[in-house]
Amino acid sequence: MTTENLFELKNVAKLFTKGKETISIFEGLNMHIKKGDFMAIMGPSGSGKTTLLNLLGGVDQPSSGEISFDGQRIDNLSESQLAKWRANNIGFIFQFYNLMPMLNAAKNVELPLLLTNLSSSERKKQVATALELVGLSDRAKHMPSEMSGGQQQRVAIARAVVSDPTFLLCDEPTGDLDRQTADEILEMLQLLNSKFGKTIVMVTHDPSAAKYATHTVHLNKGKFVKAEELLV
Amino acid sequence: MSTLLSQSAAVIKMNIQSLPRRLWMSLAMVFASAVVVAILLAFLAMSKGFEATMESAGSDNVAFFIRTGSAAELNSSAGRDQVNLIENSPGIKRDEQGPMVSPELYVIVDGIKKSTQQEANLPLRGLDQRGVNMRKGFTLVAGRMFNPGTDELIVGAGVVSQFDGFELGQEIRFGKNTWKVVGVFSTGGNVFESELWADAKVIQNLYNRGSSYQSVRAVMESPDSLGAINEYLKSEPRLTHEAQAESSYFAEQGKSLSYMAIFGWVISSIMALGALAGALNTMYTSVSDRAMEIATLRAIGFSSFSAFIGTMAEAMTLAVVGSLVGSLAAFIFFDGLSTSTLGGSFTQVVFSFSLTPELFTKGISMALVIGFISGFFPAWRAARVPVIVAFQSGR
Repeated sequence: MTTENLFELKNVAKLFTKGKETISIFEGLNMHIKKGDFMAIMGPSGSGKTTLLNLLGGVDQPSSGEISFDGQRIDNLSESQLAKWRANNIGFIFQFYNLMPMLNAAKNVELPLLLTNLSSSERKKQVATALELVGLSDRAKHMPSEMSGGQQQRVAIARAVVSDPTFLLCDEPTGDLDRQTADEILEMLQLLNSKFGKTIVMVTHDPSAAKYATHTVHLNKGKFVKAEELLV
Repeated sequence: MSTLLSQSAAVIKMNIQSLPRRLWMSLAMVFASAVVVAILLAFLAMSKGFEATMESAGSDNVAFFIRTGSAAELNSSAGRDQVNLIENSPGIKRDEQGPMVSPELYVIVDGIKKSTQQEANLPLRGLDQRGVNMRKGFTLVAGRMFNPGTDELIVGAGVVSQFDGFELGQEIRFGKNTWKVVGVFSTGGNVFESELWADAKVIQNLYNRGSSYQSVRAVMESPDSLGAINEYLKSEPRLTHEAQAESSYFAEQGKSLSYMAIFGWVISSIMALGALAGALNTMYTSVSDRAMEIATLRAIGFSSFSAFIGTMAEAMTLAVVGSLVGSLAAFIFFDGLSTSTLGGSFTQVVFSFSLTPELFTKGISMALVIGFISGFFPAWRAARVPVIVAFQSGR
């Protein structure tokens, strides 16, 4: 494995058991994600996009095979080790933002920093920087219910980057937004990739969103296919 | 460790802040805990109040003589000759009038309870001034002392408050005899306030008791004199009595309502099971309501322990709020509430419900048990909410 690869999946299988039936989502899946990539994953429903995203996010474990992150195996980590790994390395951006409704924007952004040993004043400083980055410095005290969808997603992005993770995992980040707002969010992701060197994987149904990525892979029935094959 | 604390603190705060979303369910749990605590405290306060009423009457320095085998003074007896022998006992204090001994009569008369308008037994005690002086905290709150040799009586303040017709100046008829209330006395709320007092010799005469009494009280030289007194009683064949400290006698009598405390624990425990079922439902709903938030925090890297602690804290908070409401309700409605019940001598004892810090602690502990159990299993579920749920919101 070269050090250029941030992620490497070798011969990964994921099986689900439903009653007596075993359903295979992936079998012998191989892929790698280079540091600094902005990869879009597309595919129809049931193609395995979400399962792949869960595996990359350390939210789920493969049935067999290896998943390495920056040279370290993560497929054999325990639940608590995975939680620490996620805290140190990954920023999540969800389709429906997943902000805590009872916390204001700044408090939402601060959440990942509670897992660090930073002092309160250091945390505040980092939160201010992250909110500034997404252009919401003036909305720090606003509650999620007082913000538009686009603003909420920007808060979610600030939360994802506040602890400076290497890798951002985006699950349909513009799926709930209008076109113009979606473009703003995607431009922001592009900036995080090009200027701040974040490696980004984005699951999306939207071809115009995928255009913002540096490259796109297509999944169908648990296998990577060429885009044209999806049309067949 | 410090991050675990800050995670848990943040999750607890978020859970508490999210309570308005589950307002009615949460209030139901608070209400259930409050009812359990209030019921428990009512029973415990009743038992405690009765116990305090009895125990506070007894003195360590007064020896109380009743016939061996008599559980209470009602079924005891002491002839004049026996009283004379008791007066000769060692260890009994003397003053210028001789040994400080009070032979007393105890007969039952009828009174009408204000609360139910039903007849109930009241003790009419025959004693003299020496006996009155032996009572701790005796004060005449109205009127005057009865005159020896007359049909006058003085009435305990508890009797006046709970029974009809015993106000100062009233004439009362017991059987063929008519008595006049010339005074109302207090003994600081203890059991003697549930009695009517009159001259012992008049009662002997009216109730055909000859020269006999039922119990004897004697002031001891010191509480240690009891041993010498009992030795004397054993060595004197004409005496069939035993002596105990008055405080011990009333302490034992005070336990006669301890079954109320046991009853209270049983009733409130049964109710707690019902409250527990509701509380479990509340907490499972809470976990379900917060599943996306829990999963999102887990995805970010929060530990499952923080999800567990957050849910436990919510359950405990609701239970504690319930216990405080229940305690307050019990305090407002029951503390100091005056009532009467049958005491050890088949007579009514007027007493007040008494809520003490110790009882409040018991009530709050009961609520904490409800909170702990109702929180534990949902908290366990919260800790196991799959992180994948964070990606499923809205789908």
